[in-house]
Amino acid sequence: MSLRGCGSLVQRFYFDHNATTPVTDEVLKVLIPTLAGVYGNGSSIHYFGQVAKQHMEMARRSVATAVGADPREIVFVSGGTEADNLAILGSVRANPAARKHVVTTSIEHVAVLQACAQLEREGVEVTYVPVGTDGLVDPDDIRLALRPETVLVSVMHVNNETGVVQPVARIGALARELGVTFHVDGVQALGKVEVNLSTLPADLYSLSGHKVNAPKGVGALFARRGTRLAPVLHGGHHERDRRPGTENVPGVVAFAHAAEWAVANLDDEAERIRELRDLLEEGIRERVPAVIVNGGTSPRSPNTTNICFEAIEGEAMVISLDLKGFAVSSGSACSSGAVEPSHVLTAMGLTPESARSSVRFSLGRGNTLDQVDALIEAVTEAAAQLRRLSPAWRVTA
Amino acid sequence: MNPDGIIAVAMSGGVDSSAVAGMLHRAGRRIVGFTMQLWNQRRLPELVPESGVTGRCCSIEDVYDARHVAELLGIAYYVVNFERRFEERVVRPFVDEYLAGRTPIPCTLCNNSLKFDEFLERAAGIGADGMATGHYARVGFDEATGRWQLRRAVDEVRDQTYFLFGLTQAQLARTLFPLGGMRKPQVREVARSLGLPVAEKPDSQEICFVPNGDYAAFIDAYFRERGMARERTWGEIVDAGGRVLGEHEGVHHFTIGQRRGLGIAAGEPLYVIATVPAEQRVVVGRNDDLLRCHLRVSGVNWVSVAPPSEPLRAQVKIRNKHAAAAALLTPGSDPRGVEVHFDEPQRAVTPGQAAVFYDGDLVLGGGWIE
Repeated sequence: MSLRGCGSLVQRFYFDHNATTPVTDEVLKVLIPTLAGVYGNGSSIHYFGQVAKQHMEMARRSVATAVGADPREIVFVSGGTEADNLAILGSVRANPAARKHVVTTSIEHVAVLQACAQLEREGVEVTYVPVGTDGLVDPDDIRLALRPETVLVSVMHVNNETGVVQPVARIGALARELGVTFHVDGVQALGKVEVNLSTLPADLYSLSGHKVNAPKGVGALFARRGTRLAPVLHGGHHERDRRPGTENVPGVVAFAHAAEWAVANLDDEAERIRELRDLLEEGIRERVPAVIVNGGTSPRSPNTTNICFEAIEGEAMVISLDLKGFAVSSGSACSSGAVEPSHVLTAMGLTPESARSSVRFSLGRGNTLDQVDALIEAVTEAAAQLRRLSPAWRVTA
Repeated sequence: MNPDGIIAVAMSGGVDSSAVAGMLHRAGRRIVGFTMQLWNQRRLPELVPESGVTGRCCSIEDVYDARHVAELLGIAYYVVNFERRFEERVVRPFVDEYLAGRTPIPCTLCNNSLKFDEFLERAAGIGADGMATGHYARVGFDEATGRWQLRRAVDEVRDQTYFLFGLTQAQLARTLFPLGGMRKPQVREVARSLGLPVAEKPDSQEICFVPNGDYAAFIDAYFRERGMARERTWGEIVDAGGRVLGEHEGVHHFTIGQRRGLGIAAGEPLYVIATVPAEQRVVVGRNDDLLRCHLRVSGVNWVSVAPPSEPLRAQVKIRNKHAAAAALLTPGSDPRGVEVHFDEPQRAVTPGQAAVFYDGDLVLGGGWIE
């Protein structure tokens, strides 16, 4: 694979950690030996299978401890999308009620929204509760949306585009009070904010490996004891009949290691990242006129800033920054190439123009102060270049 | 243009633009490849053939091909989304023109508003000095007149200057047409020599957003999708004297000079000589009725020469597949209006088409036939 870009010598800096994260050295150190050495099928009776199984269960205990759960409550899956699907489709389909209703929000990840759309096709009614211009869902609005036939509430913990942290503890308490199953999409939460399922009243909680420096292709669903789940995939009896398929032992081991690190270092890392993010935000605000931080007044994950640059096409800014060596995104990664502006920003009341003019910067391991300074320079330059009213190029022969 | 500057190459996934990217890259220019996403091919599902969508601009296969070429060349590549503007500046006018009884040229509108406007602006925004496309045309600077000049391509059959008459001096100053001096077989050979997988890809022949050239079906599907109420479009087919000869489903199914689809049995061949959308009428006549010596052209853009105040002689094309015919051009007091008098009568002068004025291979300018 050749290095691309005009000047493959351009140095590259990654500021798109909400899209995905690199696998860190300490995770690679367990991933590679496991991949090479632990190859048995966890269901096999023989030694090789036993070793594989042991690794699985060790990893399961690690993840459980990291998030404050019991190991039996951890179901390993292929990632956040599958966790969301299993949680939503699985819990609703397992409910024997004749008439069912689900409450979720308009800012959920597309995996949650599409799983709900599928439920609608199966005859379930779904209410999509709106958010305010601050990007927050109001627990009272959730309460008002509940009906006697509501079987599930699903609200994300941290929004992937804006970083806004939703009041999931209050909503969970409300759901528990009324005996409704509560699912939280925590894909963007682990490693950024506290995730403690022994105190958070959630019945289902989605986790994703590649957001915490583990490889892509692995995640987990926390399903509190007593929560009924119909499997979405059909096959063997793995994961206590909740999710069939030969286990991805190396992936799961790597995920456990990554999750452990993330939780153990949460306070320090969150503080470090928050400082860098705040400097980035301040720097851009100072140097670039007419910018607004979307959701800037709400509680946010420490690593994200989503900025609207007036009169600039977000796509153009992303390309411009990429050519200068900085990786960022406009809209969420899952919707790139789509004509529709971000549904999250639209739900927050931004006009289509403003939504299209927004760029997301998301920091993580490996970002430094020098990089942030360089990014501020690059953004300032790119914004000025893009805002020239008419390309005032001089005609040269 | 700055020889060290970045050039934005518009890549459609076809052999022409791929060869351009390859040639510039091989010559050591710093290039970035772009595909413009202009139209969602799956938007009007009833028009998508069973086999899927291929061979038209910005279909998934074309983007894949462009991306693949970029990867082989080792250049940065992006897809930029101009769907809104394309619909506003190309598709809507296309539909409106047909309904008004004219035959539009969306490719020219696309060149004027998208490829050499929004795209050029986007290129400037990301730091490029200019752009390059796979158009068969030649551009150069004439010291004597101080103007950027557009000339026909060496490959006369492939020449696309008919669609480029709207380009301004500022646009031409920032544009490269590397294929202007080459013939198609040479271009394919270049693509082969660079190992590009698109070297043998067939050319797309049609309007990029209209499957199978069935523009009437497109218009109908577009209206349905937009939920727009269609006024009654069916009407009468009459001769020049007003005698009713038959019926039709909509004036937008017809273009001047058309013979097919009239459904009239007559002693001699009949051709559409005019349409009257206000009355939903199609007027037919004999071949000779299609011949005209005179036409008016508006919205004229003067390219290679300064807008003239005196009449001048030129060769004029009234369709892409038309042999330029000798004529006298008489500009009005406003040089954007020109009267054209052909030496010999020309067949099927069609409102909505372009009249492009040439002096040999030099493109003087062009405008819209009224």
